[in-house]
Amino acid sequence: MKLEDNTTRHDNPRLIHINDPKKTCDNSHFSGNEIRTSKYTLLNFLPKNLFIQFHRVAYLYFLAIAALNQLPPLAVFGRTVSLFPLLFVLTVTAVKDGYEDWRRHRSDRNENNREALVLQSDGFHPKRWKMIQAGEVLKISSDETIPCDMVLLATSDPSGIAYIQTMNLDGESNLKTRYARQETNKLFLEGTMISGIITCEQPNRNIYEFMANMELNGNFLPLSQSNIILRGCQLKNTEWAVGVVVYAGQDTKAMLNSAMSPSKRSRLETYMNRETFWLSVFLLIMCLVVGLGMGLWLNRHKFQLDTLPYYRKVYFQKGKDGKKYKYYGIPMETFFSFLSSIIVFQIMIPISLYITMELVRLGQSYFMIGDQHMYDSLSNSRFQCRSLNINEDLGQIRYILSDKTGTLTENKMEFKKASIWGKSYGDSKAGSREIDATVEECMGSGRKWKLKSEITPDTELIKLLYKDLHGEERIAAYDFFLTLAACNTVIPILTGIPSSISGSLLSDGQTSIDYQGESPDEQALVAAASAYGYTLFERTSGHIVIDANGEKLRLDVLGLHEFDSVRKRMSVVIRFPNGSVKVLVKGADTSMFSILKKDLPCDDRMRHVTQVHLNDYSSEGLRTLVVASRDLSGELLAEWQQMYEDACTSLTDRVVKLRQAAALIECNLTLLGATAIEDRLQEGVPEAIESLRQAGIKVWVLTGDKQETAISIGLSCRLLTADMHQIIINGNSEHECRKLLCDAKAKYHVNYITGEEDRPTFGPLALIIDGNSLVYILEKDLEYELFNLTTLCKVVLCCRVAPLQKAGIVDMIKSRTDDLTLAIGDGANDVSMIQMADVGVGICGQEGRQAVMASDFAMGQFRFLKRLLLVHGHWNYQRLGYLILYNFYRNAVFVLMLFWYILCTAFSTTSALTDWSSVFYSVIYTSVPTVVVGILDKDLSHKTLLKYPKLYAAGHRQESYNMTLFWITMVDTLWQSLVLFYVPLFTYRESTIDIWSMGSLWTIAVVILVNVHLAMDIQRWVFVTHAAIWGSIVVTYGCMVVLDSIPVFPNYGTIYHLVKSPVYWISILLIMVIGLLPRFIFKVCRQIFWPSDIQIAREAEILRKRRPFFGSNADQDSS
Amino acid sequence: MSSDDGSSKKVSRKPRYSRFTQQELPACKPILTPALVIGILMCLGIIFIPIGLLALSASENVVEVVDRYDDVCIPSTDQKVGFIKDPATNKTCIRSFTIPKKMRKPVYVYYQLDNFYQNHRRYVKSRSDRQLWNPKAESSTTPCDPEGQTSDGKPIVPCGLIAWSLFNDTYMLSKNDAALQINKKDIAWRSDRTHKFGSNIYPKNFQNGTLIGGAKLDESIPLSQQEDLMVWMRTSALPTFRKLYGKIETDLEANEKITVTIQNNYNTYSFNGRKKLVISTATWIGGKNDFIGKMYMAVGGTSIVLGVIFSLLYVFKPRPLGDPSYLSWNKSPTLD
Repeated sequence: MKLEDNTTRHDNPRLIHINDPKKTCDNSHFSGNEIRTSKYTLLNFLPKNLFIQFHRVAYLYFLAIAALNQLPPLAVFGRTVSLFPLLFVLTVTAVKDGYEDWRRHRSDRNENNREALVLQSDGFHPKRWKMIQAGEVLKISSDETIPCDMVLLATSDPSGIAYIQTMNLDGESNLKTRYARQETNKLFLEGTMISGIITCEQPNRNIYEFMANMELNGNFLPLSQSNIILRGCQLKNTEWAVGVVVYAGQDTKAMLNSAMSPSKRSRLETYMNRETFWLSVFLLIMCLVVGLGMGLWLNRHKFQLDTLPYYRKVYFQKGKDGKKYKYYGIPMETFFSFLSSIIVFQIMIPISLYITMELVRLGQSYFMIGDQHMYDSLSNSRFQCRSLNINEDLGQIRYILSDKTGTLTENKMEFKKASIWGKSYGDSKAGSREIDATVEECMGSGRKWKLKSEITPDTELIKLLYKDLHGEERIAAYDFFLTLAACNTVIPILTGIPSSISGSLLSDGQTSIDYQGESPDEQALVAAASAYGYTLFERTSGHIVIDANGEKLRLDVLGLHEFDSVRKRMSVVIRFPNGSVKVLVKGADTSMFSILKKDLPCDDRMRHVTQVHLNDYSSEGLRTLVVASRDLSGELLAEWQQMYEDACTSLTDRVVKLRQAAALIECNLTLLGATAIEDRLQEGVPEAIESLRQAGIKVWVLTGDKQETAISIGLSCRLLTADMHQIIINGNSEHECRKLLCDAKAKYHVNYITGEEDRPTFGPLALIIDGNSLVYILEKDLEYELFNLTTLCKVVLCCRVAPLQKAGIVDMIKSRTDDLTLAIGDGANDVSMIQMADVGVGICGQEGRQAVMASDFAMGQFRFLKRLLLVHGHWNYQRLGYLILYNFYRNAVFVLMLFWYILCTAFSTTSALTDWSSVFYSVIYTSVPTVVVGILDKDLSHKTLLKYPKLYAAGHRQESYNMTLFWITMVDTLWQSLVLFYVPLFTYRESTIDIWSMGSLWTIAVVILVNVHLAMDIQRWVFVTHAAIWGSIVVTYGCMVVLDSIPVFPNYGTIYHLVKSPVYWISILLIMVIGLLPRFIFKVCRQIFWPSDIQIAREAEILRKRRPFFGSNADQDSS
Repeated sequence: MSSDDGSSKKVSRKPRYSRFTQQELPACKPILTPALVIGILMCLGIIFIPIGLLALSASENVVEVVDRYDDVCIPSTDQKVGFIKDPATNKTCIRSFTIPKKMRKPVYVYYQLDNFYQNHRRYVKSRSDRQLWNPKAESSTTPCDPEGQTSDGKPIVPCGLIAWSLFNDTYMLSKNDAALQINKKDIAWRSDRTHKFGSNIYPKNFQNGTLIGGAKLDESIPLSQQEDLMVWMRTSALPTFRKLYGKIETDLEANEKITVTIQNNYNTYSFNGRKKLVISTATWIGGKNDFIGKMYMAVGGTSIVLGVIFSLLYVFKPRPLGDPSYLSWNKSPTLD
């Protein structure tokens, strides 16, 4: 979550003896390289799988009920029958788990049996991956996958560079550079056996950090992230690489990272649990009634018990002290009756609903993933469902918190403007031909470097650059572009030439060059530098080579302070061929202006002018960076070098020490200028935001950009409109923030107590707040006031926010309201926000896969969010809301029917239904239609839903599932259960009906009733629905015929006898009609008098299809 | 994960189009149009009222004579239980009644017990169906306790409380002093006679204990022919029930006087149970029961009334289907 905080302390470092696996592994038990992603083996599958399964409450409930049923006085069902539901779910889950595990076993086996070259006494020999141990030296060839985490010792490149692709690890397709230490590289190329000890951290999950040092011939060499290659990566553009295994098998970072993100629970499920509580209350009441009834009945017949044929308390012949028969006294019998009624009424608590919901969500996810409209052809990525628990939350989102860069924008950077030495370039409107001419003129005919992206250079700037190297401005421009070319971590990939770059290269014709880097901004800057004649074409750990206007410039890199989110800048210390040393810095303006040189008045002027330019740039929506440099010499340089070396070899607190070293030289800088990069909006973003806003969703944008940039992006994506009143909160102290908040409130008449507004005189409001103010507001008691203000605003824009602040804002919304939040982002800085929000969506973008890994859903483009929420979210919510209510009803109607009957059996918990039918009811007879409807039913077509985004508000109003609906359903359930019970009762009153015929009638009646009930509510009939509904009834009949054909069952032959009787059929018909008529009438009345929006839209949609002319006026009005 | 990503470069991962995966299958989307609602309600009325009339008339045609005898066939009010338990007393009791309307054959003779919980769990479970069907399973009497084995450990066939408490009142009918033959053949279900109760299983050790619950069985007749037992073993669903005693294969004319000689053996006095003798004809609807007919009439009538109400509603207060002016945001635009 917070990478920068992960400065792990090391009390017991891990020691690796290079090329001595025995010694390495003897001392401590390092795991071998055999991996096991599978959970089970053949032997432990049964116990382990059962153990894991019983972690779920549902299964424990089943188990407890089954165990209760094994007690002799309680044996309501037969022993086998009572175990059936439990065994059924256990078997289904076990088969599913087993199949998944078998696939994992297979892929593990493939992985483990791959081969790699391992250094043995007489050179490199192939060895299976699973045999590799820590300490061994491996040789990897080009395009091979790396079998374990290794520290590079040498590569085919004389300078020790290796390129790797980390696609499998973090999804980034660009190449990254890793270095072998020069010392080991040299030794290896000379053919010397390397022996030494690597001291490194214990295995951890952080794939972006590695700290170790290597003791080689008495010297300590620092090792860092750039020296290690990780399992799962591929070696690219490098003939071979040799490394020593430090982490193998389960210890590798790839394996440690393969855990899933924490699961979330959906809002609907939380509500469902609340209603489940009510159901438990009903269950308890029913069981109490039965128990007490039993007690009273026994008490009334106290003196007859001995002679009652079904009690036979005492054998008569033995007189008063006769043998008791399963009779434990009235209190105990009452208690047993209570317990056994729990067994009979067990499905009142719809435990199987949890399993049904999982299946339904799985099906819904299948359709979401398969939706062609959410496929992104640019990144070739489908929609991904990473979490299967919160599909229905998508239909109730009230707040969307969006990152900007890479989420709203493409994160494909383009260098647009620059301010150099107080002068802004890049505005020239000259025609392209003129530019070409000027460029040609200045640069000479043959441009040697061909870039992938084309940049049109500014003519004036070109002219400046081709002047002689005199004057402050010219030197500043020189340093400026040098910084752009040098101060980065970008790797130039030259194509069409051998990897060894010779000097003769410069005389060749054009060479295609591709910049690979982790940050798109840097790539854009380097490309820009190249366009202006400063081409970076070689980078090793020790030096970089830049072609500066045809002059090959080799710069030694003394040190590199990478970008971090605390300093917000990056610097590189280089030594020029003439021996002078400079530190080149680039960074965010806030962090840069405070460390600039302030001695001379011209510095002030420069700073002022640049600041103006920066404001201009950011108001155009451009991303800005400030560039500065400083000459280093003498003591300062020596001091820094000392500190830097120390920090680099240090195992503990390296990050802090490096930061201190950086602080030493990152001060008193000379301002060179600023850059402006454009990040274009993604396709369809304004439309998507507009739709989401219409749907009643509040879109908040949280960005690290400056206020001006944020506002201009807000305008361009139609988040902000011209008629909005902007409230800007950008205080620098608590007091100031409080004042700004109060002013805003006073101005817009916010009622302090309730947060209600009484101002319709103002237009829509927009709140723009920056990270600094948020620090004061979120940490102090101002949070409440801020929240009141935000509820008034249509739009909230937070700029300059840190990753943790993003999570803080999500937390504020979550704690202040019941509304659901959705966070969407693409970068590592959004991870905390994504995990904090109720729903986290990751964009598979340019910035790696961390956001995706942490997210619940992932997709290629922001605009898919519209479809995801308005269409799939709506459907999922409607489906699941109905599914839950229906399942409550389905189980309760059955249980209530049993309950009424038990009242007629002297409270003895007899069930007229056969044991098997009671158990099959929820498992076989009625389960499939609920799942099918939960997956396939659909109230409105996606076209309608996208056209009228306001239909989404049905989710906000909780239209598909709320307390009222629950109670209405329960009343309906009560009515239907009474009908189910009393119609057969009166029909067969004083007749010869036997208990199994009655049970058979009730079984089929309840199955048909709940299926017809479902059929009444289905809004879209496809053949699968038909098959499921009518098929269930047929299957029920089938099961009953089978059960009634087994002579050892007392119910033998019942169904054959029953179907011949017309009364049987007409009483079923009567039950259906009386049971469902009130519901039908209620439904019709609701549609006449209180039509819901969905209802109207649905009528319009269907009738328009039937009568094409009908829709014309509907379109005009409601758009 | 690795193999997937590796191949993804070349292969497009675009989901394949099918009407199923895009949720665009041809579908029937019913909506409740006024015509449909009124149609359904009217159809219900049109179907239900005739069925109701038919059922009522069928029930009207049933002729039923019910005679409660438990209270009159006992001498004193105090010693009911003692009297009924004493095997030595003479329990013969003669009742007579007249036939109100002509009864066409077959006329069914039932006995009816009230307040007898044949559906009590302890009672219902006290039987062994394996034993009744399979001669080898004679000793599987576990569910039958305490009436599973004799005191010396021999299995009782048929075991269990149900069989033990077999009804043992007998009726002799006579019409105008001439005996009426009661046919006791084929009173049990055919499936019970042919499969469930074995033809090679004979009663054993039945009612041998000191405590006699009811009728004894002839040990020379196989269970498959003990039809009274079969009828009794089909335990009733409700505490008030009838069981078929036999059939009279002649017509009974109106005003004919029927005399019944009852052996009042069965003890219902210990739990205040009533006993009745029922003589009844049957139609397709079974015995006398107006419930179905009346309910069908009522439901049919309600449906038609509702249909009319809805028709009027649609005429006087119509809501055009799919009219967007009824949408919530069009009704109150200020809400935005």
